[in-house]
Amino acid sequence: MAAVTPEVLTSTHVEKMKKKKLPKRYWEETEKTDQSQRRPEEEQGKAGQNQNKSTVKEKSLKRKNGESLEKKDPFPGEAPIPQKQLQKFQRGKKCKVPAGARERLKEAIAISEAMSEHAQKQAARYDLLLPEDAGFLEGDEDEDTNTISQADIADAVDITSGSKYFNLHLSQFGPYRLDYSRTGRNLLVGGKKGHVACIDWQTKDLKCEMNVMETVNDVNSLCTLRSASRWLHTEAMFAVAQKRWLYIYDSKGVELHCVKKFNDVLRMQFLPYHFLLATASATGFLQYLDVSIGKEVAAICTKMGRLDVMAQNPHNAVIHLGHPNGTVSLWSPNQKESLVKMLCHRGAVRSLAVDKTGTYMVTSGLDRKLKVYDIRAFKPLHSCFLPAGASCLSLSQRGLLSAATGEIVQVYQNVLGSNPVSKPYMAHRLRGQIWGLAYCPFEDVLGIGHGEGFTSMIVPGAGEPNFDALDTNPYRSHKQRQEWEVKALLEKVQPELIGLDPGQLSKVDQASFEQRHKEQIEALGFDPLAKDKFKPRTKKKGRSSAGAIEKRKRKVAHEDQRDEIRQSVQERTEREKELKEKSNEKKLGNKSTLDRFRK
Amino acid sequence: EASDFCLYWKWRHLYVPRNYDPTLHPFEVPREYTRALNATKLERVFAKPFVASLDGHRDGISCITKHAKSLSTIISGACDGEVKVWNLPRQECLRTVQAHEGFVRGICSRFCGTSFFTVGDDKTIKQWNWEAPGYGVREEPINTILGKAVFTGIDHHQREGTFVTCGQTVDIWDEQRSSPIRSFSWGVDSFSCVRYNPVETELLASCASDRSVVLYDTRESAPLRKVIMQLRSNTLCWNPMEAYYFTCANEDYNLYTYDIRHLDVPVTVHMDHVSAVLDVDYSPTGREFVSASFDKTIRIFPKDKGHSREVYHTKRMQHVICVRWSADNKYVLSGSDEMNIRLWKANASEKLGLLSAREKAATHYNKKLIEKFQHHPQVRRIARHRHLPGDILKQKRELREMREAQRRKEQNVRKHSKPGSVPLLTEKEKHVVAVVE
Repeated sequence: MAAVTPEVLTSTHVEKMKKKKLPKRYWEETEKTDQSQRRPEEEQGKAGQNQNKSTVKEKSLKRKNGESLEKKDPFPGEAPIPQKQLQKFQRGKKCKVPAGARERLKEAIAISEAMSEHAQKQAARYDLLLPEDAGFLEGDEDEDTNTISQADIADAVDITSGSKYFNLHLSQFGPYRLDYSRTGRNLLVGGKKGHVACIDWQTKDLKCEMNVMETVNDVNSLCTLRSASRWLHTEAMFAVAQKRWLYIYDSKGVELHCVKKFNDVLRMQFLPYHFLLATASATGFLQYLDVSIGKEVAAICTKMGRLDVMAQNPHNAVIHLGHPNGTVSLWSPNQKESLVKMLCHRGAVRSLAVDKTGTYMVTSGLDRKLKVYDIRAFKPLHSCFLPAGASCLSLSQRGLLSAATGEIVQVYQNVLGSNPVSKPYMAHRLRGQIWGLAYCPFEDVLGIGHGEGFTSMIVPGAGEPNFDALDTNPYRSHKQRQEWEVKALLEKVQPELIGLDPGQLSKVDQASFEQRHKEQIEALGFDPLAKDKFKPRTKKKGRSSAGAIEKRKRKVAHEDQRDEIRQSVQERTEREKELKEKSNEKKLGNKSTLDRFRK
Repeated sequence: EASDFCLYWKWRHLYVPRNYDPTLHPFEVPREYTRALNATKLERVFAKPFVASLDGHRDGISCITKHAKSLSTIISGACDGEVKVWNLPRQECLRTVQAHEGFVRGICSRFCGTSFFTVGDDKTIKQWNWEAPGYGVREEPINTILGKAVFTGIDHHQREGTFVTCGQTVDIWDEQRSSPIRSFSWGVDSFSCVRYNPVETELLASCASDRSVVLYDTRESAPLRKVIMQLRSNTLCWNPMEAYYFTCANEDYNLYTYDIRHLDVPVTVHMDHVSAVLDVDYSPTGREFVSASFDKTIRIFPKDKGHSREVYHTKRMQHVICVRWSADNKYVLSGSDEMNIRLWKANASEKLGLLSAREKAATHYNKKLIEKFQHHPQVRRIARHRHLPGDILKQKRELREMREAQRRKEQNVRKHSKPGSVPLLTEKEKHVVAVVE
């Protein structure tokens, strides 16, 4: 960051040779111009008003001989915050004071607006203090970055980072699927022929390894949750979708559960804030397992055939499923039907990925196209044709897209957005077909599972450089993990709150009165506002004969309707009367000379 | 990089790097809502308001007073004429005085905290020293005044050596004289309560048995004005912060807050009790007040809300005669028929004692969360829920039914009479009969 340009160096050097000069102070004139260059927003934003003020101040400070003795603050007022940073922390639109609002409401709105603005500014200011910057790869002139080999990168970077490029030759039980834990410390690989291994991939420390002696369809590292049994003292659990059932193992490879309600699972997704494991099966069922209490939350029959393409939207926990007929459907556990169904490809959908802001979805299909969708508006943004088609897709935290085309992994930059896909940012050739792709969170690493084992590839600029230790901390201690576990379980979001808009809970429920009334009737089973029927009292001396009762009933029948009619009739007669008077006036023509001034 | 975090291995538990980027914190609202729901539940779980019971009186408690200067001292008077001085933190009786024959009707502390006055059914006003007499010395009042009629209440001036008593008339006394310097009466009636205004110190308010609340200015010879209600008010209390408001506890189960500038309509009608309200006292912040009722409960009302935010009851507590809010705004004292004084927390779920910085932050955060999500049905349901004794619940339902029936009746009468002849009255307007200047 603090790169000193050679020009500056030479100039200071020369000056030093010439004569002793007073050291420059940062508040002096020349620096001031620098400052104005550095912060154009401030100048624009505060307009001329501020300048006027400062001149007035200067005058008052100046003495008769014209020298200012007091030091002037070179950075008056609050430090300016770039608009872009402020935009990042903007939550919703500003609340407008409705017309005709009472003083109290106005005050409350003003106070809450001021508070949220303050919070936004403080958060934006904190960005300056973030310790790390994102990495990047830059080629020489006329050099494509995608021609730089992984070995070259590993040689060029420091030893720790260089060791992040490695291959695991596991040709026996491949091809492999993989999953990183949420903190990015642990790696889970599962070979099709039953080989499952859990590795601390940075220290290359093997935590457990086994062969389940069955086909493995998918692996998923669940959150680190302590098991109920005390003597196990485990840290992590992971789920393995095997040939028939879903199994849950602890980090030492001990089988904890065999969940027989979940059969023929092909793909799994873990929703970390809801503690839900979503599984898609070959029988067309989408099932949700609450791993904190071990209960099946929902089982949805999608009626869409074999489900082997699945992704989650990390922004709203909606599950995206890709289907052989080219559609992508969105699911929540609260609804038996899909939330949205969109036709994305002409052939079958091969792979899906959703970015972490929940704005973009990237799909690839058998028609060998790669498409980017805006899933807030459900509109395609752009598409491109990949000659080999992409079998696996994965999006990194900072928006790099990796696509497995045959035996080559291609990484694209700036895919999310409206500009079309250009040439890849990086590429890497492997041996054997690629089965799994996953970026490691908070690391510039892409894990690739393929027929010949596993490859960890360095992709500069892929991971989020600054983690939040209260959310996911890769370097957390034992105590911190325990604390986090309790907090996370306490604020487990209920599955009922999953929907397309996660912020809906903070909005005003503007259901109309009729709608709410209808819901109330449905919930209660009767209408609470309904009038009870008129029951005539029984009277004696023959006055409660059927005819008399009927007569009495007729007296009060349709009372409210009668009221309305009476009122409308009255209004009409009044109106007619007025009209009559007016027409009378016209007929008489008793206009005075002053009438022309009337409007 | 990893090395940076591993370097300070020893202090790693202190180093918590933060990144406030919203994309790293998804499900902001649902998570916050869950936290709010948990906070609401925990608040209810920790709501244990009862602190202590002070026993020692041999008859029902008729009045309680706070010490003017000391937080930890209170005096209580009982129906057998006994007066006891209590130390609250130690929960023990410091001193017992047989002050009167018959009821002790009122006690008030002198503003300087050196002596206190009691009035009783034996038609005397007695002034006592706060200091207990030495060992073996008999308890003797500093001063005794013999009145002509029974006194029912007493209150002392904020700054001067005058006090006011009520009985058949409202009398203003000088401490140095044995006869009242001024007497007020307006019609033939008796008074149950008289209170000095804490800010406009020459202003007085009293509750009379002719269903009226009368205002006086001690500098004038005649009472200022009175408002007559449908039923009698038992006691009243001035709001110590906005002293143009006072709240009176009425026999018709309600409390009424009046603005003395507009007596014709009460500012707020506070409903929730199911029997006559016997006493009321404001918190020193003036934001809330506590009321004691014949229905064996005490309730805490926000000053501008029509319904209570809290209700306290125990199986053993009988009709609550008197209630006071402690001067540190943390506790509520109630004296009841079955000879006990009970100490309650003003905020039921508050943790007593010192709080660490993290605890304090957590309580503030939780409070804000509950406030933010207070209108969500789940949160509201849990926050509002209070357990009530069966008979009170039954009475409450009965009352609601009665009100509904009255409303229906009124509607029907209006429907079948000449338009405009039966005016539509709001709940506030219903209870005031007249304002007399």
